Amino acid sequence: MAKRFSALLQFALVLALGYAIQMAMDAGMINRYYAHVMTVMAIFVVGAVSLNLINGICGQFSLGHAGFMAVGAYTAAIITKNPDLILPAIFTGNVRFILATLLGGMTAAFVGFLVGLPSLRLRGDYLAIVTLGFGEIIRILLLNWDFVGGASGYFGLVRHTNFFAAFLLSIITITIIRNFIQSSHGRACVSIREDEIAAETMGVPTTRYKVIAFVIASFFAGTAGSMMAHLTQMVTPASFTFILSIELLLMVVLGGLGSITGSIGAAIFLTYAAEALRAFRAYRMILYSLLLILIMLFRPKGLLGTQELSYGLLKESFKSLRTRWQRKKNDDITAAAE
Amino acid sequence: MKRKLSLVLVVTMVLSLALTGCGGNQPQAPAAPAAPEEIKIGSVFPVTGAIATFGQSSLNGTQLAFEEINNAGGVLGGRKLVLINEDNQSKTEETATAFQKLITQDEVSAILGSVASSHSLAGAPIAQAAGIPMLSPTSTNPRVTEVGDFIFRACFIDPFQGQVMAKFALETLGVTTAAMLVEQDSDYSKGLAAYFKKAFEAGGGTIVAEEGYKSTDTDFSAILTRVKAANPAVVFVPAYYGTVGPILRQAQAAEIDAVFLGGDGWDSDKLFELAGDAANGGFFSNHYSPDAGTPEVEAFLAAYQAKFNAVPDALAALAYDAAYMLAQAIEEAGSVEGVAIRDALAAINFTGVSGSVTFDENRNPVKSAVIIEIRDGKQVYKATVNP
Repeated sequence: MAKRFSALLQFALVLALGYAIQMAMDAGMINRYYAHVMTVMAIFVVGAVSLNLINGICGQFSLGHAGFMAVGAYTAAIITKNPDLILPAIFTGNVRFILATLLGGMTAAFVGFLVGLPSLRLRGDYLAIVTLGFGEIIRILLLNWDFVGGASGYFGLVRHTNFFAAFLLSIITITIIRNFIQSSHGRACVSIREDEIAAETMGVPTTRYKVIAFVIASFFAGTAGSMMAHLTQMVTPASFTFILSIELLLMVVLGGLGSITGSIGAAIFLTYAAEALRAFRAYRMILYSLLLILIMLFRPKGLLGTQELSYGLLKESFKSLRTRWQRKKNDDITAAAE
Repeated sequence: MKRKLSLVLVVTMVLSLALTGCGGNQPQAPAAPAAPEEIKIGSVFPVTGAIATFGQSSLNGTQLAFEEINNAGGVLGGRKLVLINEDNQSKTEETATAFQKLITQDEVSAILGSVASSHSLAGAPIAQAAGIPMLSPTSTNPRVTEVGDFIFRACFIDPFQGQVMAKFALETLGVTTAAMLVEQDSDYSKGLAAYFKKAFEAGGGTIVAEEGYKSTDTDFSAILTRVKAANPAVVFVPAYYGTVGPILRQAQAAEIDAVFLGGDGWDSDKLFELAGDAANGGFFSNHYSPDAGTPEVEAFLAAYQAKFNAVPDALAALAYDAAYMLAQAIEEAGSVEGVAIRDALAAINFTGVSGSVTFDENRNPVKSAVIIEIRDGKQVYKATVNP
């Protein structure tokens, strides 16, 4: 009971912090450019953490995340732009946006289910190809659907997304996915990653768990798509090429496959790096890529590996640093004595 | 050892990022003491990504214009124009961020850009909300300027090119039958085709065949056989040079003896590489021609070749015009306030490389188009068509 209360308190405190930041933005204490970049960071956190559930926790290689984001983005955009389509017209403004985002996520989850059911029987490279193909199919369908503007995109959305909305979504995503991983279902997913044959031998219904993880991840990808659409106030098929999937994959790998805090950190860091490197003008993307190569060379496991950043980990690494320091000092003393 | 090295690397990386982050906040170039205040103009041209070559041309044109304006004494009694270009990596979301950055961080007075219509559409609401005039040199989609009264463009819109080519086919070539090959996944292609058809049929012509293909197709023999069977006098192919090249080559192989027509997407030297002599005899509409012979074009050509050692394409010409147009608007406004520049732009009467420009009530330019003939693997100026 006390544990649940403290978890709720933590949740409330984090939300209050997000709200305070939003208030500071509204009051002009944080300028609009920073506000925009922070919002984009929060959206990428949702995308990266949800992809981590498939690629990192479950050990399946998916390249279709952009496709799910596209489904969510377009579904939500259609709902908010047409006041009497799908949802009754009594829902307006932000309420309509929230419902549209949820429906966008649900549609993406449903599509994820349809794609996942047959394809998750495949492994490794084959699954990557299937999901890649799926992402392209979604994009090409949207490219040819005149109702949503075809190639030039769907415009004139209202800017519903603000920092707090994206922040709230990212906190919800992190909480749900973290709880899922710590549940017995999540453990089953991890067992699939570690050794699929062994997991199956132990009676874990592997395909079922893979589909569950896939559907949850698709849901959050869809909601992230909706947030992105209502931030840029337009959606175009060109935004959802497989490059976006690769970028999200990059965040997951860079942060460490299987580490939620790693994905969060990498999503924030990469968005920040792309902006900070603007000072280098034309060389920006070269430096950005160089940065990735360097990190992968020196940290092939990703920044955090499969570990989570927590007080415990910090304490431990501090301790190990101190013992090493101590040992080195002792060595020096012995060396000096000799 | 390795661990220590990696630690050092990580620390340097983080520090360099933090430092560049700070550096970005400082003014781009320290102003000389006592010099009149500089006027900051932003631009969002893609110099990386899918359409990087378009962005580079646009940036070249803008830089050349700013250099000339500054050397001639600047605007508003000696104030220099400073260009701050933000790359958008040819991405929609990045364009929104770049606009936000230019307006909030750099506090620019106006923005030139972006190149592609979908990118401009992502930036336009931000410029409109902030009351910063935006002038896109090359975004041809009609919806761009519909975002609001601060959004302008320097090029004619897609429907106009379709009308121009229909008029040219009917009146100059004197034909009455036409076929159309339309790229199904491109709004540009569909837009031009729709207006060509409308104008051509209104002028008494008939469309005898209408075939569709995808921008990724490479084999067009099936649709070309059907076109040949319909026996049109002209074939309208509104698409970019990458697909037009193979189409022209395969049409020659299929022995179609119709005249091929196109839009500004044909404007690239690559077309001759792709199509070879099959391109000869074709006509396309464009924003400007290096052979038009007006004093503005001659001066621009000479300056551009001296600086970049290349023949400027239409993107460079339009960006050059847009930069001059903005400078003239600032001069006429007598101020760098957004509303003043907007009003001056709306009322502008400008003559540049790509002709004379005034804006209509939707902030689209009223200007002429040129028809270019392809003869002996070269672009030759054919005619100027007025709206």
